[in-house]
Amino acid sequence: MSAQKDRLFSSFSFLLFWASSIPTRGSARVLQELSPQRYFSALQAGRASLAYFSHNVSPGAQPFLEQIENSAEALQDYGISVVKVNCPKEGVSRYCGKENALRKAYLFRGNVLIREFPTDALFDVNSIVANVLFALLFNEVKYVETLADLQNIENALKGKSNMVFAYVPATGTAEHRAVMEAAFVYGTVHQFVLTTEATLLKDTSSDEPDVSSAWLLFCHCQRATDLVQPCRRTAMEQALTMLNIHRHLKLMGAPLVTEVAEDPEKVSTVHLQLGLPLVFILSQKETYEADRRTAEFVAWQLLGKAGVALLSRDLVGLNVLRRSNIALKTPDEEVPIKYLLLEDTDEVITLVEDKNKVKQIQEDEEEEEDEDEKENNNQDIQDDEVVEAVSRDKKRELPLEQICVLTEETFHSALLETAWTVVLFYASWEAVSLAVLRSYAEVANHLEGTQGVLLSRVNCWDWPGICTEENVTQFPTVKIYKKGERSVMYSGMWGTKELTSFIMLSRVSCPLKLATIDEAEGYLRGEFPSELSSYHHTSLLGVFSTATSEARETFEEAGNILSGHVTMGMYFEDDALALSRKYAVSPPALLLARSGGQSVESITLSKQSTRDMVQMIRYELLDIFPEITVQNLPYYLQLRKPFLILFSDGDIGQMESKEMLKLAKGRPQQAFVACWLNLKKTPVGRGILKAYFATMPSLPVLIWVNLHAGGQVFKFPPEQSITEMNILSWLEKLKSGLEIPSSTLSEEDWKPPLPAYDFLQMMEVAMPELPLHTSHHHGDTPEQHPPESPGGDTATRDEPSRETKAEKMGSPGRDLRGTAPRLAAREKQGKRHSEL
Amino acid sequence: MAPAACGALLGLALCTGSLCMVSGAALLYHDYCVVGAGPSGLQAAYFLQRAGRDYVVFERSHAPGSFFALYPRHRKLISINKRYTGKSNSEFNLRHDWNSLLSHDRWLLFRRYSRDFYPNADEMVRYLEDFASRLKLRVQYNTAVIHVTLERDEQAWNGHYFILTDQDRQNYKCSCLLVATGMWVPNVVNFPGSEYVEGYETVSTNPEDFAGQTVLILGRGNSAFETAENILGVTNFIHMVSRSRVRLSWATHYVGDLRAINNGLLDTYQLKSLDGLLEGDLEDLAIIKDKKGKLHITLRFYLENRNISAGIDSITLPQDELDNFAPRAPYDRVIRCLGWKFDFSIYNRSLKMMPGKGDKKKYPQIKPNYESTSTRGLFVLGTASHSIDFRKSAGGFIHGFRYTTRAVHRLLEKRHHGVPWPSTVYPVTQLTNSIIKRVNEASGLYQMFGVLADIILLRENATAFEYLEEYPVGILAELETQTGRKARSGLFVVIMEYGKNFSGADKDVFYYNRAVGEAQHAWQSNFLHPVIYYYKHLPTEHQMKLRPPDWPLPRPDAIHHIVEDFLTDWTAPNAHILPLRRFLENCLSTDLRNFFAESCFLFAFTRQKLPPFCRQGYLRMQGLEGSEGLRRHAVEAGLLQDYSITDFLGDRPPDSHTGSQDQLLRDHVISVRPLQHLVNAKDEL
Repeated sequence: MSAQKDRLFSSFSFLLFWASSIPTRGSARVLQELSPQRYFSALQAGRASLAYFSHNVSPGAQPFLEQIENSAEALQDYGISVVKVNCPKEGVSRYCGKENALRKAYLFRGNVLIREFPTDALFDVNSIVANVLFALLFNEVKYVETLADLQNIENALKGKSNMVFAYVPATGTAEHRAVMEAAFVYGTVHQFVLTTEATLLKDTSSDEPDVSSAWLLFCHCQRATDLVQPCRRTAMEQALTMLNIHRHLKLMGAPLVTEVAEDPEKVSTVHLQLGLPLVFILSQKETYEADRRTAEFVAWQLLGKAGVALLSRDLVGLNVLRRSNIALKTPDEEVPIKYLLLEDTDEVITLVEDKNKVKQIQEDEEEEEDEDEKENNNQDIQDDEVVEAVSRDKKRELPLEQICVLTEETFHSALLETAWTVVLFYASWEAVSLAVLRSYAEVANHLEGTQGVLLSRVNCWDWPGICTEENVTQFPTVKIYKKGERSVMYSGMWGTKELTSFIMLSRVSCPLKLATIDEAEGYLRGEFPSELSSYHHTSLLGVFSTATSEARETFEEAGNILSGHVTMGMYFEDDALALSRKYAVSPPALLLARSGGQSVESITLSKQSTRDMVQMIRYELLDIFPEITVQNLPYYLQLRKPFLILFSDGDIGQMESKEMLKLAKGRPQQAFVACWLNLKKTPVGRGILKAYFATMPSLPVLIWVNLHAGGQVFKFPPEQSITEMNILSWLEKLKSGLEIPSSTLSEEDWKPPLPAYDFLQMMEVAMPELPLHTSHHHGDTPEQHPPESPGGDTATRDEPSRETKAEKMGSPGRDLRGTAPRLAAREKQGKRHSEL
Repeated sequence: MAPAACGALLGLALCTGSLCMVSGAALLYHDYCVVGAGPSGLQAAYFLQRAGRDYVVFERSHAPGSFFALYPRHRKLISINKRYTGKSNSEFNLRHDWNSLLSHDRWLLFRRYSRDFYPNADEMVRYLEDFASRLKLRVQYNTAVIHVTLERDEQAWNGHYFILTDQDRQNYKCSCLLVATGMWVPNVVNFPGSEYVEGYETVSTNPEDFAGQTVLILGRGNSAFETAENILGVTNFIHMVSRSRVRLSWATHYVGDLRAINNGLLDTYQLKSLDGLLEGDLEDLAIIKDKKGKLHITLRFYLENRNISAGIDSITLPQDELDNFAPRAPYDRVIRCLGWKFDFSIYNRSLKMMPGKGDKKKYPQIKPNYESTSTRGLFVLGTASHSIDFRKSAGGFIHGFRYTTRAVHRLLEKRHHGVPWPSTVYPVTQLTNSIIKRVNEASGLYQMFGVLADIILLRENATAFEYLEEYPVGILAELETQTGRKARSGLFVVIMEYGKNFSGADKDVFYYNRAVGEAQHAWQSNFLHPVIYYYKHLPTEHQMKLRPPDWPLPRPDAIHHIVEDFLTDWTAPNAHILPLRRFLENCLSTDLRNFFAESCFLFAFTRQKLPPFCRQGYLRMQGLEGSEGLRRHAVEAGLLQDYSITDFLGDRPPDSHTGSQDQLLRDHVISVRPLQHLVNAKDEL
């Protein structure tokens, strides 16, 4: 080897030098070390080199030399060689001679000295590359300090070429280097302008910029025709790295609107390749010009965020294209193209931006998880809204003073003390129980001072005996015990209002026997019995002549079942006929007074079973054109009919209300539920609309949704006015299949939100000696990695957690067991869930 | 035997099947005969009585619990009587009450009988007397069953009747025999000189009788240490010899091993206060008495080649050859405390009552359903049934066998009366709750860890499940026939376990970091904790046989450990309930979260399917509205969205959970409507 080198280097001194430098040279080093003579004789015209002159190595220059060496490779990519010149003992060069020259590095192009750098300006690879390129690209990258300078350059470029304007807080930074590296590549295509002046940044950007971070604008000056207006600008939203700048410039260079004439599935543009979505504006011959303008408008809005393509429907024979005006293709090949019918360009932009935002957030989250070592896939973070809400509330002391605590000893005696005893059976560790306990405390507050009612509770965790005895199999359970009589189990909503009303209604016997005509009239008006005047909405009065006792018995039995939920009265005095005549019915009959007796409906009772009567009463209690609320929806869902629902921001208009009521009344035994929803009262309705349509439609909006079959959602044409006639003809069209649904409800099953800890697998990893694995299960469970959740795609979901857990198993100390590290780990998670 | 068989034939001729009540004066018939009115016999009688069965209990003594009238000799029971736990839950409190039997009568709790943590055995006798009389159990006292034989009859429940003969030659005929005789025959070892040994049954309990004496105790169980404890303060020294090393119950987690209350001798041994422990096989020993009446230890080996009549001086003593032989000092007394064994003597050979193998030879051989391996219809209850879980669980002790006795009764109810194993059906929304409730309070699971388990049988579509309590896991494969319940769609088995390598006589159970705190490492839990096994199909007999050693069950399709808890309180929402819910969700492939009514409302309008909680609650008019404050908390947690915030047109960054859900919803929106031009596109170019 040494002999070979002999031939290469003739100079004896060189041989010596080379030999002495062997220990410091790695095989991949690109830093050359030359003598001054050799260096200067080797300089080629046009080639740049960075030289550093040194007498043996002075100790202070050591770190600098390391950085220089490290940057040699990076600079080599730009054709710049890095040379360390070893000065001989006797000064032969002017660079070697000067003492302070040794504190500098020199940049030559050919043998012309371009710049000399003090070594403290070259503190790391970034600063070396940035400064060297900055010096070399003096013409390609203009440095500006004032707004006027910038405007001059901009104006000069208009109609000629585009400008890339970058702000970096300081030179020699990684961002500075990225800009310089980009300029090296694109410097001939675009004019690069650089500044470090924060004031310039403020003048060029609309909102308050963050001067501590770098910033890059692409100014579209080539297309600019107006000499007064500044060029259109597109800011780069990502961090200033070489890759991002490259991507941004590539996107800016792509055509604003691509015209395509093939199946969108097959189209690919630079945007898709760079991971951005592509929006297709679907056009046709007749509207081409307008569509083109729309496409360009959208393209400008989405520049840098998505690509826009103009697709002529006429040229592609795809059916789906005829039913939509926008298509969205995402870079993810597994996501099918979405065909949409949008009304506004804003919707297109919102659609893309939302999508990006979600993606961005997901990415951020993923990063965050990386930082947390992807510990456990968030499995240990509570995702049950009720449990989480209750545990966030656990420190608050509940106002339970008015609720009597019953025990095994006091339970039976308490029931004998008060006319009505309401008992909440619950478990103190169970979240739903505790949520109900909070509502129960509110009920107690409402009922404070009510005579004859005792509100009490039994904690089944303390007294399992009573709970078993009272047949409490679910938590929570509310029962109301009438002194010395049977108990009734509450089966309504777990809400304060509903529970309060149940307790109040339960105090009155059901049905209530009315003694006089006056009482009966008062009852229908909602004035009698007085204790209920503020609680009930609809009064039911059974009118019986004494002869019809069979119907009366059925009515009474129905009353027992509906007790607490419905107010029922009955009248069977001698003058019952007078009452029935007044309302034009013949007994047995049912009078129904909705909300305070403004109108009384009458129903003739036919012979029917108790069950049928209960069913009939429940049905009669439903409104004709109800306002749907969270509380009453289940009653209407039970009808299992499609919903015709008018979403309104606040009360519905009189006209709509009248028309809808007409529609609802027009056909008794409707095939659908006509109703409306007040978004002010039921704000969750917005969530429904958001799910139906990508964006909020203008209100009010009338929707037909078949919740029970198919789940198709239809939107009443907004340009038509909501009248009975219009709706009916629209419904006809729906029926005959002429309308196309605007969305379809997801049929998806409710799968486990997150995987469980796979202890079986952990055991196998940690204790391979356990004969758990293969030998002894025969056919039944041949899977290598149970548990696989049936039907779920656990394979992919489990992957990260498994790996990390396997690692954990390997660590011998199981050091997470100590309390201190546990608490420390918790704090980390606190970023997302402060309560842990 | 011959007369008995004749009598049986006569009886057969007179009546048929179980309808036969009395066949002449010589033969009294009952469906069930229970032998022994100790704790397990009375416990069995209680369940038979509650079920209205035809039964009788035979007791040789004039009162129940005759064993406890004599033993333990020093009268201190080592079963704890914890009167305070800070909890009022009666089921939970039974976890720390090791003496009470199961009954509906709240008066029959042992804490009403004794204030002592380690009660006096007299109180146990009094308790058992009360138990029998208060509950009016049918016990026939002063009836010693001295012989049991079989009478073949195809009509009989089990293909034969049991014919019992008492001391007065009175015969009794039964369809089913429940052996609750306990373990009362003292274990005796025969070696040269064993005639000098006093038995635990008769040895004086007065410490004064041992003053200034040197004592050797044979055996290393609780009775040996109890005896030593009593005389520790007055003897010169005590030596204890036994084949096996001492097993401390706090290291083995087995209540039958040496309990700390009796281990004073360990202290004096390890502190070199003259007392000591020795290991050796008793069969190799010999004891010789010198002229002064002192007892010397020697080896059987030395005695074999010599002439007995030659006298004491001619016998070689070990110290003659090995002058530092440990027990070279002579003893004043040798006491045998070797425990008890089952009385095999009363069973006719046709019953094939076989002793167990190895260290279980003191017990009769039984199957995991507590039935004799060779005689159908003969069940062994109580202490004698401990071979199932010897040195593991509590089946040999009141606090354990009160539950196994109940299990046997339930098996019998199914087998002979068609009454299926009691169970409750719940909607699937209660699945997590039912498990949490049981693991926190159930005493049977806790005492009989690894032996009795709760079984959850899933109904089709996992919308409901059936909960069976305290089933013997050893017969899991036979679940359907034994309980009359069907396991069509998979099952969970809820059981309690110690860590696999935690317990043992030589284990350090105090090592640093012995307790696991993180739910994700729960499978490494060491202390008793709940484990849930999931099987898609009922394990077969074959799989049960091939299960890994020390595993109560074969390999499941999935397993979950609820992390051990210092307070044995497994109700923490995040550490205990959440991981359990995730496990159940993944086994059932469903979403078991709770939702407020508002969420269900949204789902009802935007999804064709609803999660179980909404389906079983909200849709049935039982939605959980939740107070304003709670819903606000849920919104803050990012789990519920507040739609009343006016502007939500995509400006609000979706939070991690709801956001992705919205995305999910949106993904299903495929808008299709007839072509319409973008009319209001703003043309700004």
